Amino acid sequence: MLIILSALFATALLCPLLFRVLKRNAFYVVAVVPAMGFIWLLTKLPAVLASDQSLASGAPNAPPSISIDWIPGLNIGLNFRMDTLSATILLLILGVGALVLFYCARYFKNDDPQIGGFAAKMVAFAGAMTGLVTADDVIVMFIFWEITSVLSYLLIGFSQALITARRSAMTALIITTFGGLVMLAGILMLGASAGSYQLSEILAASGQLVELGASTDVAVALIIVGALSKSALVPFHFWLPGAMAAPTPVSAYLHAAAMVKAGVYLIARLAPGFAETSLWVPMTVGIGLATMLIGGFRALKQYDLKLILAFGTVSQLGFIIAIFGLGTPDAAFAALALTLAHGLFKATLFLSVGIIDHNTGTRDIRKLTGLRRAMPILTTAAGIAAASMAGLPLLLGFVAKEAVYESALHLDAAWGPFALAAMVLGAALTMAYSLRFFFGAFGVKKYKVDPLACKPPTLIFLTPLLVLSTLTLVFGLFPYPVELLSKHWSEAQGGAPDMHLAAFAGFNAALGLSAISVGVGLFFYWIRRRTDTGAPLRRMVTSAEELYRMSVNVLDMAAIWITGRTQRGSLSFYLGVILSVVLILPLGIALAVETPWPSNWVVADHPAQIIIGAIIIAGCVISIAAPKRFMAVLMVSVTGYGMVAIFALQGAPDLALTQLLVETIVLVSFVLALRALPKRLWVGLTRIKWGRALLAIALAVMVVYIAIAMMASREQAPISLQWPELAYYEGFGKNIVNVALVDMRVWDTFGEITVLAAAATGVASLIFAGRGFGRRVRAHQVAPGSIDSGSEAMGATAEKEVELRIARRFAVSSNQDWLMAGNTLVAERRSIIFEVVTRLMFHTVLIMSVYTLLAGHNTPGGGFAGGLIAGLALTIRYLAGGRIELSESMRIAPGMLIGGGIALAGLSGIMPLFAGDEIFTTYAWEFWLPVFGEHKFVTSTIFDIGVYLVVLGLVQDVLRSLGSEIDLLSEGRSPIEQHDTIQASQTGVGR
Amino acid sequence: MSVNITFLVITGVLLATGFYLVLERTLTRVLLGIMLLGNGVNLLILSSGGRKGAAPLFRPDLPADQYSDPLPQALILTAIVITFAVTAFLLAMIYRSWTLTSADVLADDTEDIKVSQSTAYDEEEDSPVAEDTTEFVDEEGRPIREGEE
Repeated sequence: MLIILSALFATALLCPLLFRVLKRNAFYVVAVVPAMGFIWLLTKLPAVLASDQSLASGAPNAPPSISIDWIPGLNIGLNFRMDTLSATILLLILGVGALVLFYCARYFKNDDPQIGGFAAKMVAFAGAMTGLVTADDVIVMFIFWEITSVLSYLLIGFSQALITARRSAMTALIITTFGGLVMLAGILMLGASAGSYQLSEILAASGQLVELGASTDVAVALIIVGALSKSALVPFHFWLPGAMAAPTPVSAYLHAAAMVKAGVYLIARLAPGFAETSLWVPMTVGIGLATMLIGGFRALKQYDLKLILAFGTVSQLGFIIAIFGLGTPDAAFAALALTLAHGLFKATLFLSVGIIDHNTGTRDIRKLTGLRRAMPILTTAAGIAAASMAGLPLLLGFVAKEAVYESALHLDAAWGPFALAAMVLGAALTMAYSLRFFFGAFGVKKYKVDPLACKPPTLIFLTPLLVLSTLTLVFGLFPYPVELLSKHWSEAQGGAPDMHLAAFAGFNAALGLSAISVGVGLFFYWIRRRTDTGAPLRRMVTSAEELYRMSVNVLDMAAIWITGRTQRGSLSFYLGVILSVVLILPLGIALAVETPWPSNWVVADHPAQIIIGAIIIAGCVISIAAPKRFMAVLMVSVTGYGMVAIFALQGAPDLALTQLLVETIVLVSFVLALRALPKRLWVGLTRIKWGRALLAIALAVMVVYIAIAMMASREQAPISLQWPELAYYEGFGKNIVNVALVDMRVWDTFGEITVLAAAATGVASLIFAGRGFGRRVRAHQVAPGSIDSGSEAMGATAEKEVELRIARRFAVSSNQDWLMAGNTLVAERRSIIFEVVTRLMFHTVLIMSVYTLLAGHNTPGGGFAGGLIAGLALTIRYLAGGRIELSESMRIAPGMLIGGGIALAGLSGIMPLFAGDEIFTTYAWEFWLPVFGEHKFVTSTIFDIGVYLVVLGLVQDVLRSLGSEIDLLSEGRSPIEQHDTIQASQTGVGR
Repeated sequence: MSVNITFLVITGVLLATGFYLVLERTLTRVLLGIMLLGNGVNLLILSSGGRKGAAPLFRPDLPADQYSDPLPQALILTAIVITFAVTAFLLAMIYRSWTLTSADVLADDTEDIKVSQSTAYDEEEDSPVAEDTTEFVDEEGRPIREGEE
């Protein structure tokens, strides 16, 4: 079994190559693979027929099976099992598959696009069907089931350029996967109840499962929904006529012989165990017979040959499922024979339609005439098949239908007679549409038809049809081989061994019923011919397809409505929704459950906290109402500096230090970034919006409330009580916070520095915006006094002009170079005092930053603080000497610093691995240095140096982007015109 | 553990003003709001550490519960630096938005608005199509007759 399966899928992979070499004749090569499988299966049949199907897989004399572990944890295995049912359907799949592929070699042209891919999908489909019918694990079966749905979608949509093909493919996919998902739910329910996903075990346990009642009823009903959708029963039937947009070989194979049989197979498989469940009979027999009638009726109304067959297929599938649904051994006997008969005649008919379409260019029975004379062989082959479909004697269709009537006559249910009547009526409709098909395709029309030029098909094109129709005829006369399969399957369910298929079983009730249906069918056909005007019939009721389109439309509208209401494109709206949830959800919980409340309140830990608090609160309030942008920024800074004081008082020197440094750099960044924004953008913003204010206050109260409850909920001693000792004895440092950052919680910090790297990159990309960073400009390349010829000089008053001139002369005469690039700056921008102070402080500050970095393990400080101090040193250089000074003072690009820092930090984590220790293990060495004395080197310092470099790189990136680059963009422009010219300059590529 | 009322009040004001500013449409004010929220949340984390204590610098003679809780401090230290990175990023964004739109506002997403105004009609799904009675048609839909074999 696995060999066929893998051979089919492997062939699919080879197809594109084969077709490039052999063109359409490659179909002949490809057809050999399923043909070989078919022969292999024939050799296996005796073993299958000799086995006892009730035995569990693996027992002696059980049907052949294979079992490979796949996902043992979920109890899912690659289990396959070949019993008579599987083998019978597989004969159809492989046999018809081989013939249809053979047929394709003449159906397609050499220059048809993508026939290689087409063949690959067809062969892969044969593989998927093989897997589906032999799988003995319901999950594996489901996977193959879904593969067939997807392949069907791809094959229906083969003519991608045609909207009908694309649309039908999508409809088929939606319907069949919908059914598939419903079925999956049923499979999982059933598997969970049975405690096994092995199909044979589930069936063996069906007795106990049925006794569970409702849960099994529902599970089985869900599985039936899957089967009905796959086999195109009402109300899912409409996808099948739509699928006729596929090339005709696909219709013949997937939508007549193979894929639609998957649903039949599933019903047949489950019937022996689950026909007793409460929804079984209404869903299989009831829906099946209804489908038979509706399909037959709709077939009578069609003019397209393919649609007549499509609705006929819908009708027949309903019929077969209804018979299997009866659940008795005789019914199984009859239905299996009917399945085979249907596969043979329906494939023949589809293939003959393909030839008609291929050679005449139409399938419309109003245009076709006289084909009987033009294509006599085809007419004979199709005639045999149509007669078999109609249930005329001496053919397999007749034999099978007799057996069906026989089994239905022996039903002892109260609804038995009604079912029988529906079958006879359905058979009459089948007779009528069979005649419509045959005479529509091959007959001479009574109304005037334009003569068709057509050439008869070649013999090789006809071969597959001839084989199939011969089989229909031979098995009709000598049904013994079919009987063998059917009987073996029915005996496994306790069927009597004396059932027979016969070409003529004597004058009995079944024959009488056949005669009635043929007679009534002739009558129906006669009426239809009389009333046929050639115009499409008016539809009397809303069809299922219209319902489907309407529901898809409603779904679309609902999606648009919901999307339009929720995804409004307004960030403020989203934020409002999110914050409202933050407000309402905890509020509900707080009202519903009792929250703990602390007993130990203090007003403040230190009186100064109250004063600082007042300052912070003032800062907050003023920042909202501040009439100028800079004032608001400053007020936010006030709250930040207030935090510094709080941290310092609370016993958190590291925090105080870091916050102080950050606050300072943030203030500088603000001024640098927002200097270009005009004042008018702030107008009217300070009016208080009360709705927002209310929401904000409520949120704040809620968060504080949660905080109080949280603090009152503490039951355990904090984990940080162990930190002091851990820090000192394991991390070799006295500064507990720093050891936490570089050792105990080092992964957090590592994550954080990568975030810093991302932010720095983001800042640079936003400001440089794809213009590239350019080459570094050295101070000596720039004319003195040329940089930042400030906007003050533009449109200045006469008085101001004089002032500037004096300032410039004064500055140029002073040739003291305190800074490397100080004299590149335009005179009015220079401040000698600032330059001198910078000169004095820069190196001192740098040394301090290194000290803070290295001493941070034992005293307040560390990589973050050290990096920020170094960044401040750079900031001072930039502010004093301009952008050239910045690039002179730090010649390494920020990207290098950040990348190097992350690499160093990562390396410090990896190194211990080479010593056989865990990642980020810390070591310490003690040593003595002259002058410096006794010292201890701790390896986590290397990590901290990495942090230092990343932070320094971030600050440098901020200065370079928000400082230098914005300088460059706005240089030489007055504040008013700045904006427009910046925009103009940004549209160009270079700078 | 003791609950510090002053801290709670400061936190509340920082959060309330922060939320208020974040809900505005002016990017600069949103950024200021984020900074206030950052400060407020940092203070909240700090108060969860309990009352003030000795600076968390190890001394062998000091019992562990006499230190100011180092755990919230490690968290806050990280938060301060991250807030700085976020602030820098948003500043760059404000500048970029200013150079592109001459404004400092969060504009509505026009694509989203387009979606909300669209109809359920989809040409692929809903346009009427003629029924074909042959698959042997050329690109314009005219039937072609096979001339080979």
